[in-house]
Amino acid sequence: MKIPKKILILGSGALKIGEAGEFDYSGSQAIKALKEDGIEVVLVNPNIATIQTSEFLADKVYFLPVTPPFVERVIAREKPDGILLSFGGQTALNCGVELWKTGVLAKRRVAVLGTPVEAIENTEDRERFNARLAEAGLKSPKGVAATTIEDGLSIARAIGYPVMARVAYALGGKGSGLSQNEDELREQLRKAFSHAPQVLIEEYLEGWKEVEYEVVRDRDDNCVTVCNMENFDPMGIHTGESIVIAPSQTLTNAEYHHLREISIKAVRHLGIVGECNIQFALNPKDGDYRIIEVNARLSRSSALASKATGYPLAFIAAKLVLGYPLPELLNSITKKTTACFEPALDYLVVKIPRWDLKKFRRVSKKIGSEMKSVGEVMAIGRNFEEALQKATRMLQIGMYGVVGNESYSFKDLEKELRQPTDERLFGIAEAIKKGWSIDRIHQATKIDRWFLSKIRNIVAVEKKLREHTLATLPASQLAEAKRKGFSDKQIAIFCGADELEVRAKRTRLRITPAVKQIDTLAAEYPAKTNYLYLTYHGREDDVRFGPGGNKVMVLGSGSYSIGSSVEFDWCCVSAVLALKKLGYKTIMVNYNPETVSTDYDICDRLYFEELSFERVLDIYRRENPRGLVLSMGGQIPNNLALKCFKAGLRILGTSPESIDMAENRYKFSRLLDRLGIDQPEWRELRSVAEAEAFAGTAGYPVLVRPSYVLSGAAMSVVFDRKDLDKVLKKASRVSPEYPVVISKFILNAKEIEMDAVAAGGEIVASAIVEHVENAGVHSGDATMVLPPQKTYIETMRKIQDTSRKIAAALKISGPFNIQFIAKDNEIKVIECNLRASRSFPFVSKVSRVDFIGLAVEAMLGRPVKNKKSTLDLNYVGVKAPQFSFSRLKGADPTLGVEMASTGEVACLGEDVHEAFLKSLLSAGYVLPRRSILLSIGGRIQKHRFLAAARTLEGMGLALYATDGTSAFLKANGVPNTRLHKIHEHRSPNIRDHIAERKIDFVISTPDPERKAASRSGYELRRMAVDYSVPLLTNLQVAELFVQSLALKKVEELPIKHWAEYE
Amino acid sequence: MKAILVLEDGSVWPGEGFGAFAKVSGEVVFNTGMVGYPESITDPSYHGQILCQTYPLIGNYGVSSKSFESDKPKIWGYIVSELCEVPSHATSEKTLHEWLKENGVPVIAGIDTRALTKKLRLHGVMLGILETYFAKTDLPSLRREARLIPDPNKRHLVAEVTTEKIKVYNKECKTTVALIDCGVKMNILRSLLKRNVRVVRVPAETEFAKILDYSPAGIVISNGPGDPKQCAATIATVKRLMRESVPTFGICLGNQIVALAAGGNTYKLKFGHRGQNQPCREEGTKRCYITSQNHGFAVDVRSLPRSWRPWFTNANDRTNEGVRHAAKPFMSVQFHPEAAPGPTDTEFLFDQFIGIIK
Repeated sequence: MKIPKKILILGSGALKIGEAGEFDYSGSQAIKALKEDGIEVVLVNPNIATIQTSEFLADKVYFLPVTPPFVERVIAREKPDGILLSFGGQTALNCGVELWKTGVLAKRRVAVLGTPVEAIENTEDRERFNARLAEAGLKSPKGVAATTIEDGLSIARAIGYPVMARVAYALGGKGSGLSQNEDELREQLRKAFSHAPQVLIEEYLEGWKEVEYEVVRDRDDNCVTVCNMENFDPMGIHTGESIVIAPSQTLTNAEYHHLREISIKAVRHLGIVGECNIQFALNPKDGDYRIIEVNARLSRSSALASKATGYPLAFIAAKLVLGYPLPELLNSITKKTTACFEPALDYLVVKIPRWDLKKFRRVSKKIGSEMKSVGEVMAIGRNFEEALQKATRMLQIGMYGVVGNESYSFKDLEKELRQPTDERLFGIAEAIKKGWSIDRIHQATKIDRWFLSKIRNIVAVEKKLREHTLATLPASQLAEAKRKGFSDKQIAIFCGADELEVRAKRTRLRITPAVKQIDTLAAEYPAKTNYLYLTYHGREDDVRFGPGGNKVMVLGSGSYSIGSSVEFDWCCVSAVLALKKLGYKTIMVNYNPETVSTDYDICDRLYFEELSFERVLDIYRRENPRGLVLSMGGQIPNNLALKCFKAGLRILGTSPESIDMAENRYKFSRLLDRLGIDQPEWRELRSVAEAEAFAGTAGYPVLVRPSYVLSGAAMSVVFDRKDLDKVLKKASRVSPEYPVVISKFILNAKEIEMDAVAAGGEIVASAIVEHVENAGVHSGDATMVLPPQKTYIETMRKIQDTSRKIAAALKISGPFNIQFIAKDNEIKVIECNLRASRSFPFVSKVSRVDFIGLAVEAMLGRPVKNKKSTLDLNYVGVKAPQFSFSRLKGADPTLGVEMASTGEVACLGEDVHEAFLKSLLSAGYVLPRRSILLSIGGRIQKHRFLAAARTLEGMGLALYATDGTSAFLKANGVPNTRLHKIHEHRSPNIRDHIAERKIDFVISTPDPERKAASRSGYELRRMAVDYSVPLLTNLQVAELFVQSLALKKVEELPIKHWAEYE
Repeated sequence: MKAILVLEDGSVWPGEGFGAFAKVSGEVVFNTGMVGYPESITDPSYHGQILCQTYPLIGNYGVSSKSFESDKPKIWGYIVSELCEVPSHATSEKTLHEWLKENGVPVIAGIDTRALTKKLRLHGVMLGILETYFAKTDLPSLRREARLIPDPNKRHLVAEVTTEKIKVYNKECKTTVALIDCGVKMNILRSLLKRNVRVVRVPAETEFAKILDYSPAGIVISNGPGDPKQCAATIATVKRLMRESVPTFGICLGNQIVALAAGGNTYKLKFGHRGQNQPCREEGTKRCYITSQNHGFAVDVRSLPRSWRPWFTNANDRTNEGVRHAAKPFMSVQFHPEAAPGPTDTEFLFDQFIGIIK
């Protein structure tokens, strides 16, 4: 076996819907596996918030776009022997296949390690896929393309009704649908052929179970299935949108092993080496099957399978790709048995997708064949009810479990069950409560009765609990409720008690959870594994708890959602590693299967558990650590601060009372007044009339934050009284119980952030980060620049001064972040968080100041030393947001005070233009070559953009513009072609130009002084997104973009790795 | 109904009772398979044993007689974490509870099966008493009884599960396989029949001459319960058959009988192999197969005569998983190539064997 000396790994770039944190996990494990063999590892990944791009993993990190031109230049420079394509999701795979097809890899003598590209292509190309499977006698869904009605009807006859007709080349499945018989199909085809040349007639697999297997295979043809998983939601709902259970629950031995056998057959026939995922449809009536998909790479499912079983799939896959035989690799948990085995679970896991659809305007909430979720949670239990209820709480969407949730009501339950939204699970519980039979729910949902009857069990326990007060509740029923996954809080709700009272009673009755290990072999072999979970189905703990003086417990960040993403996992992992370096034993609590923090080789003990007060207390009481770190995982752990503090838990770092002072609007405001620090005027109001009066005096525009939201986003900027009424009366409720907070919104101001670490109230490290966008764009969506390029020295001095005062007043020891608004050298504080912020990895990696390491030392009360400044860098870092609007049908892709991005990238450059351009390209933008469409809202804005428009024209780009913009530019001597708006149905029209790909790039910026974006602007932006035309919607970003475009040539952008920026 | 499990070490495991109202004693063993409970329950190799499933949710897809490995449940008692009372599957004929109740098998549910498994792993398999009851049970006397449980392995268990009469299948086929039934799993029979051979299924203690009367082209020695050394008559028969150079294929207990007939030795494993994920390396190749297993005894490879070779070896604990003769057509495996329950990776061994005799 010849081991290559130098290997290039491609990452997946920014987190986006369909491609999220799981690839940080897989890439990190691959790097570890290669390093173990002494291989030099070069990584290309612009996702600066990932752990894989940390200093301690790859030898060289290129924060560059994972696109063929850039990767080719990295290859030319680094001359690697081999390349890994299967650890960076579809992004890496596509880029690698392209480099292979164009002959770059052959020319540069770079070997593709693992599954050959031909085999990858066989899994990607539908027709070839079906043909290859058919060769091996394996079944894929029957489907044939038709070009005429008669053609279609005869295909349908051959397949058998009902059939699914899918219209080719239609966006969003337009015109596709189900036909029960020939008449229906004829009608459907008639319509379809009116606007499409081809219709795919497919057999309809409604109600078939969806089952997945994870398969690994080595070069010697040893092949095992590491895990199988069953979808709670049957065919028709994307597996990323499905609740998933591992192992399968409703498959017989014959079904399980038949599909296993077919998986292995398919993987062998396709020639896959390494890891692969295979998805099946299984007919529950007769066991017939179809292979739906094969992913010849690590995937979201493989990350889940890895966490579900404890089998490090990505690590093993990397070893197999190097040529190791599977039987010679060791099971990393037992360290003595072979990795050539199939884990036996003695528990089950439930995964639930985490949606965040409320963050988007106009988006459809239905779930189906396309992915919309932004994260996922995984719960471990020893029965389904326990795991399911844990998982619903882990979502952190205000649910106490499957039942007991406040004011849940479905307008049309039947519809909710038939056409699911992200809330269907709760709809099922609701239907059971209303007395619907399992059969009726099964008819509507096609969800297997086994799952439904388990939900019925949960509802039944609720009913029993409601018959009691806490005092009368018998021990047996309390224990039963705990075994069915009820939290103390849920029991408290049903029995009219307090959460802590329930805890006291059950502790007295010795109803406590047991700590169990995940050991891959169901206890058959001794395992010293530190991978743990808690269950009420156990009478003894698997591990011992030594004295706690040397232990520190770190709370993770939970599931990824908009606003809480891989950056917090980086903070947690960095904190754990820093603690280890200082000689502490580390305990990690987290439940997100897409993370590196839940790799059991990161910490000394991993609890794959809820981040709830109850569970944290359960673990804390057993471990009795020196202290708790809850400032690294974002808002979820931070929210537990006060409660844990009051319960007597030792919290490291800044006092929870200070945290409360920063979080509580009133207390914080009083503090700022006392310190003489300015803040935007604000008031908490309890009626619409009061709100109107305050907005009137403060002056519009104002920022409105209702505490009870009926529809749409929680925050918005309002420009006049009419708008205000709309928000307060239609979209929310205002009352003494549900007050609204209104604050003055400052136009044309800059937003600047301070990321810092203080020790004993004194700042020891800080970074001032400048937003490119004016204030009003959520900081998570902002383009950030470090060090600041356009901020006045005076402003910076004031920011430092103010931050010092706040740090001292709150006696901060640990990480914190303050957000400022700056205008004309005046600054106002808008927010202060006494925890690590989203931009900590960005500032740490750009400045090479170890913010987390310093924060950890400060929190432990150790002396902290830092000499490095983040201001005088010889280069610039720019962080750009990644949006996933193309996945969210209907969502308006403009930016506002609510965060909408799903991820971020950051690149380094000699100057801001270079770094910005690289970031933009990393976030998936393609630069315009021939043409650009401009639609600039607002008079002042048009003036501001005039110079940029001239630059664009000077570069030889054909300019298109909408009416107002077109006229303004013409009047100012900038030639352009006017395009009519989509709804105008006149030529030349935006619709045709975009559809015919005549437009390379769109800049469409809404008038910032008008709240409701116009319908035509929305249609234009939406169409650009749907047709994958790059779109910018912010004026300041657009200006920077044009400047950068004029100053830089993409092919000449310097290619340097991270360490070369000094 | 309540239930209680008392082990010979005096440990007491109270739980809920299902299945039959009964009291049984036997050897308590665990199986780590996550599917295939009807197959395991009807596997005659479990005769004399109380089976603990490490996977916590059992009975999810009910019971279908199509998945039986013999006519009825063969386990003596059953231990699960949670027994599914509302199964869901198109093939389900009854719930697991109903079926075990009809067949007199008591079940204890709601106990920490992981803790029990760990105990068995550490101390080795233990004898135990499982009792289901309604009102009260006499714990002190159960504890006393538990210390005095006779070891079923001292009995000739095979005699209790073998076929009573000779049965002939696939009568029209030319090639004949004599199947020595030590408590054969139906899928061994099905695997042979599928390959178009005439199968003469004979009782375990059928005499050598009687078997030769059928002029078999090959002999298959099946799986079965208990200590192979109890099968003296069968060992003697196999010894004679091998002297005649009749191609021989042993499975599980059959593997041990072949080894003993060849002059080797067997021993009892601490807690056996019972599950569907046992990796077995084929000696002299780079291949490793995932196998289905259910055995408490193993062949001591060092004891084998020089003409015999280890064929398969467990990749985890290096115990023997199969032996074969260097020159003659004698082969046997410790695992279950017929699967059911479990992976079908090694089904090709039947083809190899049939290839030799046809």
